[in-house]
Amino acid sequence: MAGNNPNSKPMNLTLKVWRQKNFQTAGKLETYQIKDISPEMSFLEMMDVLNEDLLLKGIDPVAFDHDCREGICGMCSLYINGRAHGPERGTTTCQLHMRKFSDGDTITIEPWRAGPFPVLKDLCTDRSALDRIQQAGGYISVNTGGVPDANEIPIPKNIADKAFDAATCIQCGACVAACKNGSAMLFTSAKVSQLALLPQGKVERKTRVENMVAQMDKEGFGACTNIGSCAAECPVGISLENIAMLNREYINASFTSENV
Amino acid sequence: MILDSKIPEGPLAEKWEKHKFNVKLVNPANKRKYDIIVVGTGLAGASAAATLAELGYNVKAFCYQDSPRRAHSIAAQGGINAAKNYQNDGDSVYRLFYDTIKGGDYRAREANVYRLAQVSVNIIDQCVAQGVPFAREYGGLLANRSFGGAQVSRTFYARGQTGQQLLLGAYSALNRQIAYGKVKMYPRTEMLDLVMVDGKARGIVTRHLITGKIESHSAHAVILATGGYGNVFFLSTNAMGSNTTAIWRAHKKGALFANPCFTQIHPTCIPVSGGYQSKLTLMSESLRNDGRVWVPKAVGDNRAPGQIPEDERDYFLERKYPSFGNLVPRDVASRNAKLACDEGRGVGTTKLAVYLDFADAIKREGLDKISQKYGNLFDMYAKITGENPYEQPMRIYPAVHYTMGGLWVDYNLMTTVPGLYATGECNFSDHGANRLGASALMQGLADGYFVIPYTIGDYLAQNPTTRVETSHPAFQEAEAKVQADVNRLLSINGTRTVDDFHKALGLLMWDYCGMARNAEGLQYAKQEIRKLRDEFWRDVKILGVNEELNITLEKAGRVADFLELGELMVDDALNRNESCGGHFREEYQTPENEALRDDENYTYVAAWEYTGTNQPSVLHKEELTFENVKLTQRSYK
Repeated sequence: MAGNNPNSKPMNLTLKVWRQKNFQTAGKLETYQIKDISPEMSFLEMMDVLNEDLLLKGIDPVAFDHDCREGICGMCSLYINGRAHGPERGTTTCQLHMRKFSDGDTITIEPWRAGPFPVLKDLCTDRSALDRIQQAGGYISVNTGGVPDANEIPIPKNIADKAFDAATCIQCGACVAACKNGSAMLFTSAKVSQLALLPQGKVERKTRVENMVAQMDKEGFGACTNIGSCAAECPVGISLENIAMLNREYINASFTSENV
Repeated sequence: MILDSKIPEGPLAEKWEKHKFNVKLVNPANKRKYDIIVVGTGLAGASAAATLAELGYNVKAFCYQDSPRRAHSIAAQGGINAAKNYQNDGDSVYRLFYDTIKGGDYRAREANVYRLAQVSVNIIDQCVAQGVPFAREYGGLLANRSFGGAQVSRTFYARGQTGQQLLLGAYSALNRQIAYGKVKMYPRTEMLDLVMVDGKARGIVTRHLITGKIESHSAHAVILATGGYGNVFFLSTNAMGSNTTAIWRAHKKGALFANPCFTQIHPTCIPVSGGYQSKLTLMSESLRNDGRVWVPKAVGDNRAPGQIPEDERDYFLERKYPSFGNLVPRDVASRNAKLACDEGRGVGTTKLAVYLDFADAIKREGLDKISQKYGNLFDMYAKITGENPYEQPMRIYPAVHYTMGGLWVDYNLMTTVPGLYATGECNFSDHGANRLGASALMQGLADGYFVIPYTIGDYLAQNPTTRVETSHPAFQEAEAKVQADVNRLLSINGTRTVDDFHKALGLLMWDYCGMARNAEGLQYAKQEIRKLRDEFWRDVKILGVNEELNITLEKAGRVADFLELGELMVDDALNRNESCGGHFREEYQTPENEALRDDENYTYVAAWEYTGTNQPSVLHKEELTFENVKLTQRSYK
């Protein structure tokens, strides 16, 4: 019953949800019927309704990752009808609303599918490989204190804006899940670009790109074949340009490596 | 118990410098002999963990999310204050200090707030050095904007995602220390108890959320940086997992809880649309720089906003507070929105909303400029409501956003338990009865980067480096208690879901301990919360076992703690027979409906001691003394 939509009718839906007890056991799709879903609900609120329903019937509720529910923490995931974060472009699952679906629809809900993201339970996966890529070099080596005044480092607005755009990655892993190779290039390139663009990050740019790419390979992510589904499915619009930048940084670094 | 705030002697502006010189130091070679636990990896936790590891301490950091970067600081939108005076508009450390004390309605400690204003300038330098991409002007220097409760532009920002960018800066510093092996990170791990040995905090007991494993961790000091407890209201702008469990269980082990009833209700949130609603979404305060708040002048005016002519609209904030206008502090803006709705002038189908209108700003500056400033916020609004805020005004309503109360800490940020510290939103220290916009990020990072690294050394230097094994009886006892609590929850097998109890508690808190409170309502709420708590322990329905990912069991433990905290908040609100900041007791108001303080009787911090289940908490008072600022009726007219 949002402000100007008093006529929106409740929907009945069929859900096919991936259920898997843990990492060791095999999973399968279970079918559930769900009634009286308001179009104003978010997708995860619909899942809450399903879980309350299951719980009262004595069925273990569906485990799914989520936290902020404002599209910024990157914890929510879900493959919805074969799309990472569902059918709406530039939107995380938690910001997807049921008004994008119609009464009588069947919705298939699966976890991220990628080798480096093992399923922990139902729709929850382990994405710690992405943290380890960040730990390999996604930082500028400055300790707290002893830094120059903030305005002593002028940065052209267009460069700062570009760095910001790359820095908005939420580390949800949709790019990996959407890629047929399970590549984490878009994710890795976003951090490499942000720090290579900024004067503060230039000092370590070579070792950074080499170490982050090495970790990415070590985790078992696939190679990039320039299909672009990562950028098409990215909920925050991280651009493919970043991958080009990563490749340039990487080639440059490998010719003049400082990793000795 | 006498509360010693340990505020250093001397003039306000020299206290922190002097204190830094007077604290004891741990020499670099000895730092590696001390272990520190940090619970929570938001701005306060991640910055502390990284900085302490840089200094040489061994740090163990814990978070319940799957990655430290997901802590809810990430969702902060608008900005971070700092007294840089880059705009040459008359800002200074003293002005930021003064605005914060006044904004908090004179219920915060002068010394803490002054220190906060002092270190605010270092935070911006630190973040820029880390590569945080703040907004910049064409000349390449940093840009600023204004926030509520201030007449200068001192807020630094990164579009509408400042919290995200600051947290990613702290996360990158944390990652560097994880890579060096100086921080051991424990994600998807929840703290369920504090362990004390010989009266000092020496560790924690945790539950791993995937395996259910209950485990002990030992250290020389424990820092809690676990954020606010706004989810006691069920609906809030907090993340779904935000909870009070760590600080509540520390409270039960002896840490006093200060000013629990001081809750911030943020004026600009997307209104509730139905009973299924799981959380509320904030629309950044920065929108009040350009958006104008209004309702129809006439009661029951059901016309669409565009059909209501200018002279039939009431821009009530501009009318009542001409000098601050739409940028009055949050408590004032929220209360006035509620007043307008109580008068029957609310808008939308629920009539629990007011308009935030950008038509004039778009006319003045053009659509592009407005979109550049607020694009992501407008998009978020459109996604959630299905309405286009460029064409029709936003509908907004206040929602629970931040909790000024928290564990009582002294000037060193140590709680009443030796060796236990609380930083960021989970302590009570800097915001008094109302926090100003863009000050939460400032406080979290001030505590973590620039305060705790000094003050914790003072404590450690006076304590031996000897480690306590987790086989110590104190750990074994705490583990057994945690296991018993889990077993008890799993054995109830009742009929009502955890969410059902949580929603019932939230409604009670919102109706009787929310934007307006009175003695009668609070007494009623106290009885009802007790009944609800009894029923919870008799009738809650939890399936499954401990030894697996069990989302209901996790939530049940948190809601059990909210059911106890709720009662303490009500007790605190009942005790405080005055109105101040976000605490508005209907019995105490001026003829113009402003908060009426009672400085003679209530210029104190109310710090509560836990004495047992269903036992009355004991009140301890820390009198607040104001040596620099004169207490006046807050006026934003």
